[in-house]
Amino acid sequence: MKQHPITIKPFGSQAILVEWPNKVEEAILEDILQFNTHLKKNYLDGKEWEFVPAYNSLTLIHREGKINFKKLRRDLMEWYTTRKEVESIDHYLWKLPVSYDKEFAIDLEEIAVILNRTEEEIITAHTGHIYTVYGIGFLPGFMYLGGLPEALETPRKSSPRLKVVKGSVGLAGKQTGIYPQESPGGWNIIGNCPIPIFNVKNEDPCFVSVGDKIQFYEISKKRYDLHKIEGEVGIFKMEKIKLNA
Amino acid sequence: MLSVTKPGFFSTIQDLGRFNLRHKGVPISGAMDTYSASIANSLLENEESDAVMEITMTGPTLEFHEPAFIVITGAEMSAKLNENPITGYQVHGVNKGDVLSFGKLINGFRCYLAIKNGFLTEEVLGSRSFYKPITKLNRLKEYMEISYDPVADYKPKITYVKPAQFHREQNLKVQHGPEFDLLNDRQLEAIFSGEFTVAKENNRMAYQLEEGIPGHNTTLLTSATLPGTVQLTPSGKLIILMQDGQTTGGYPRILQLTARAISILSQKKFGDKIAFQLR
Repeated sequence: MKQHPITIKPFGSQAILVEWPNKVEEAILEDILQFNTHLKKNYLDGKEWEFVPAYNSLTLIHREGKINFKKLRRDLMEWYTTRKEVESIDHYLWKLPVSYDKEFAIDLEEIAVILNRTEEEIITAHTGHIYTVYGIGFLPGFMYLGGLPEALETPRKSSPRLKVVKGSVGLAGKQTGIYPQESPGGWNIIGNCPIPIFNVKNEDPCFVSVGDKIQFYEISKKRYDLHKIEGEVGIFKMEKIKLNA
Repeated sequence: MLSVTKPGFFSTIQDLGRFNLRHKGVPISGAMDTYSASIANSLLENEESDAVMEITMTGPTLEFHEPAFIVITGAEMSAKLNENPITGYQVHGVNKGDVLSFGKLINGFRCYLAIKNGFLTEEVLGSRSFYKPITKLNRLKEYMEISYDPVADYKPKITYVKPAQFHREQNLKVQHGPEFDLLNDRQLEAIFSGEFTVAKENNRMAYQLEEGIPGHNTTLLTSATLPGTVQLTPSGKLIILMQDGQTTGGYPRILQLTARAISILSQKKFGDKIAFQLR
């Protein structure tokens, strides 16, 4: 198994931070998720520990607080270097519907001008790529997606909006993503996804996990309205494809 | 059951928080000043996880429709039961029809109302702590009703403890955050030599400080943050994340408050002074 140079730092008295090289790379993310699963399966009880993977880090948070940092660091290093088995982790590709209708895509026209492309070309580029979920955080169900084509990189809006509606699909810098709830925000909004990424009514409130992949597909406004209702009552059939680990 | 005649400035129900969903972006939530909340619960011999009411700045008016036993801890807010002043850190029996109200804020910023066996609002994803949109409400609303177990007969083991004085402390004990080593001498000097003032932007998500320190241009990949994490923005602003704070962030995490320091800060309001002290 390929080893990366990892560093381990204390993070208050309740948490410990394991860091991989400072790069956005699928191989690093996969190694983090492998180690995460290895720890959960063999060493750290999920009732006592929380595991927060993101990009190049894995943060382990103890429920009650007070961890023995020196011992845990030694153990983690040993557990990392002595791994033999490759854990089987299921990753999925989720296909998410997006309406790029004018009603939602409030910045699409402006973005087309900035990027010197037609609106159709932007939609084609946005739906033509598969994005990797490098982290979930900031707000419940907010996905940090990597893999945006360079042609879609845009600056953030110079002044953020006080209110961006739930489901808004945005572009900002090297990132694209969906606002899981109404919030202030500075991303350029190019569409809206009618399916809630986070739903407290579901047994698993957030179907996406770090390491999964996302692809968007275009739907009409009419289909959007239908999916919105289906999403709310929980009968929307999501297209998901199991990927080989 | 009790009914909320007036909700107060910002009152919520809180317990120990929502554990095990941070990897999906859900903040832990829970009482801000865990010390005061746990004293209130322990005086009533409650479970540590029983839900309490967190009351911020100005208190609600509550009418009890069944007998109960209550304790108020934390900030001093001139509590009255049927117009008679009642003391904090003491168990009080409440009868059907009694009205609890609050007056002037005397010290601190958040007080905790505990009730025998806890408040029984809806439990969502393992916790009763208010956090919208996980819970339907983000704070108490006028006329809403809150359930509890009616208790008419209870003999507390201890009826009173000395009120905690730690709110008055100004020093927040901190440990190195993961990016502490990025700080240069000028920044270190600015952080540890002076006082800071709590900015208007302070709530359950984060406390901002008015005074800045020299900035930086380090960019980091997004990584986990915790309650008590002190972030340094490129322009030199200090943001201290609290119980409802975001679960990940991209700013350097320069300091980490101890649990006790988080409780102390939770009792500070706009204009109050604090200082950082390395543990």
